Amino acid sequence: MFSLVSFIPRAIVQSIPLLLGCTGETLNEKVGSLNLGIPGVMYVGAISGVIGSFLYENSGAQFNGVVGVLIPLISCLVGSLLMGLIFCLLTVTLRANQNVTGLAMATFGVGFGNFFGGSIMKLTGSDVPSIALTATSGAFKTGFPASMKGGAIGQVLFSYGFMTYVAIAIALIAHFILKKTRTGLELRAVGENPATADAAGINITKYKYFSICIGCMIAGLGGLFYVMDYASGVWSNDAFGDRGWLAIALVIFSIWRPNVAVLESILFGGLLILYLYIPTGTNFATKELYKMIPYIVTIVVLIFISVKNKKDSQPPEALGLPYFREDR
Amino acid sequence: MRNISKAFGDKIANNKVDLDIYRGEILSLLGENGSGKTTLMNMLSGIYFPDEGEIYIDGKPVMISSPKDAFDHGIGMIHQHFKLVNVFSAAENIVLGMETDPDGNPIPKGKINIEEASKRIREICELYGFDVDPDQKVYDMSVSQKQTVEIVKVLYRGADILILDEPTAVLTPQETEKLFAVLRNMKADGKTVVIITHKLHEVEAISDKVAVLRKGEFIGQLITKDTNAQEMTNMMVGREVKLNIDRPEPKDVTPRIVVKNLTVKSDDGIVKLDDVSFTANKGEVLGIAGISGCGQKELLESIAGLQQIDGGEILFIEDDGKETNLVGIDPVEIDRMGVSLAFVPEDRLGMGLVGDMDLADNMMLRSYRSGKGSFTDRKSPRELAEKIVDELEVVTPGIDTPVRRLSGGNIQKVLVGREIALNPTVLMTAYAVRGLDINASYMIYDLVNKQKERGVAVIFVGEDLDVLLELSDRILVLCGGKVSGIVDGRTAEKNEVGLLMTKLGGGEIG
Repeated sequence: MFSLVSFIPRAIVQSIPLLLGCTGETLNEKVGSLNLGIPGVMYVGAISGVIGSFLYENSGAQFNGVVGVLIPLISCLVGSLLMGLIFCLLTVTLRANQNVTGLAMATFGVGFGNFFGGSIMKLTGSDVPSIALTATSGAFKTGFPASMKGGAIGQVLFSYGFMTYVAIAIALIAHFILKKTRTGLELRAVGENPATADAAGINITKYKYFSICIGCMIAGLGGLFYVMDYASGVWSNDAFGDRGWLAIALVIFSIWRPNVAVLESILFGGLLILYLYIPTGTNFATKELYKMIPYIVTIVVLIFISVKNKKDSQPPEALGLPYFREDR
Repeated sequence: MRNISKAFGDKIANNKVDLDIYRGEILSLLGENGSGKTTLMNMLSGIYFPDEGEIYIDGKPVMISSPKDAFDHGIGMIHQHFKLVNVFSAAENIVLGMETDPDGNPIPKGKINIEEASKRIREICELYGFDVDPDQKVYDMSVSQKQTVEIVKVLYRGADILILDEPTAVLTPQETEKLFAVLRNMKADGKTVVIITHKLHEVEAISDKVAVLRKGEFIGQLITKDTNAQEMTNMMVGREVKLNIDRPEPKDVTPRIVVKNLTVKSDDGIVKLDDVSFTANKGEVLGIAGISGCGQKELLESIAGLQQIDGGEILFIEDDGKETNLVGIDPVEIDRMGVSLAFVPEDRLGMGLVGDMDLADNMMLRSYRSGKGSFTDRKSPRELAEKIVDELEVVTPGIDTPVRRLSGGNIQKVLVGREIALNPTVLMTAYAVRGLDINASYMIYDLVNKQKERGVAVIFVGEDLDVLLELSDRILVLCGGKVSGIVDGRTAEKNEVGLLMTKLGGGEIG
């Protein structure tokens, strides 16, 4: 009954929110910012998109696919950008502790999402505790023409909504920028050794704001993808679960390389749904054990890179540390 | 460039300093720890911004408000703590932050051309005689290689004025010689070099002129060849200082610590100490010489009980002749016997002091066990801290200041002062004067001698051979973890010890 051709697409669809979250978090961590607020950012990104699309779908206007995609997309980006700006303001400008700020934002983001999710549910007055945005979701799921989706290859490669391909492209572009361009070199220098970057004439604050905000916007898209593509436009409170944390774990697993994250997110996605494939009737507890696998893998990877101590696969040196020029 | 002059009010770091630097000369900036040498130069290189005063380059007033501005004016500084990104290659570090290539063409924000940069780096290296592999990662480099990368980085940006902050502090004598040769090449090429230092013999060896700073004020400028060490020291300290180290005759010399066939291996199985045997007598200074990393640290740690020992024994002999083998004894127990270790690592804070704690609390690290019941005694550490600040002239706003905020030399005084205050029976110090200025160094030598007269067995690990020869009664020379010789400090010659440091079996050198 286990069919690889049906398993891989499911794993990939699972993987995209993780990949976007991971790429976003990598951009944060590369400038030395351990942004634990990413789960919150993804929630806010998702609910902002939901609000945008809800207002559009219920505005009475004729539903247009392009506009239907653009409105939630823009509201999602604005929402997650605001979260990024809050994080920057607190940790970069005011030099607050990153961990505390991040954790506060994670909690805030989830609460924010659930509050507005609940409010919209009240507005619709429906009996089920969820919001369905079928038209928008349909628009988001546009991809390759149906003729290409047939067969095993078509199913594995061409059966997804456009955001899946965009997410992979974003990860690869992020990798290219980090690795090959001058901007990337300067950006990494900020995260490795801000004092050095500063002495080299690089504007630390600018790069941190820039990279953290872009990172948060990318992560926010992960939340949007979850609602619009994976969940077929159905928002219910807390459904997003702890994917945000998994995205942060994936950053470590991918040793801070978005290109590696593309494949590994699929692996994580697969591990995440593996429990669905265990024989029915198996003990409920076993199921929970299966759900632990991604986290166990993360711990194993952490142990592995710590033991191996290879300099190139270590976290950015200044990760989590605030920078102030005249401090010593 | 002509005539840089600048003045600073309200901040005590530099008080109305005027300094002229001329093209094509090597200028030494001399001063004690905390006299404001680095601060002054940091303002020239754009790390700090002056509160008052102007900088002129080639007669034109300029504003230097960031390191980038400094680069634009051809000023580059090599800091004491290297500003390099460890996971980057040499070439990546060198091009980092550059907006135009050395010819002045803008570098696009996009893909970087590392090969092109590497080619130029090799050209610079050939011109001045550097040895740099552009593709080597910084974490694989030795301290001296990192410094070379720093210098190339500055030259690559087309700097005409190079400022080096205590460049030799971390180098071996050979590496220092190599650096000086390169600096002379640069001078010949018309570059200006400013070197911050407090080592007089380096001033004499390399510079054309010397400018002296004291307590943030400019004292004077001298032509190096017209002056001498004594005059410079007096200007630097502000009063007469004797440049000789006392060496009181040892009294009642009896063995205190006998080390027999000590062997220590590191975690990865490399032999760090191989069959080391020697005796440290009470009332005597035993100097330990050797190139860094030859087992000095392991030796001291073995005696202090901090090392896993793989063979041999360490006997501690008490006044009544009772012998105790220290191998396998708990460090706390060894500490109670009066064996004290003051190790000053390269980064000064790595061992012995906690940077975020204030002076008094750092004193407590040694005495917290002596409190009554479950409470610690806070009063005596405070008194001790005050005493040390007072006697060793530690420059600090108060004893409640975190140690981290003191300058390097002052941190060291606190560390050494605390160890000596314990009235030990064995005092081990490693690099006690590392980075200290003359005045403070002599104060430390004095303290060491006082302990020796008290009948303490002093083991003094040092870097400066001249000092070891003047201070120690006997010198143990380590080479690659083996004892290559034990010589008498009074009769030994400097090159004899130097050879022992690099070669085993000194007998053949004769």
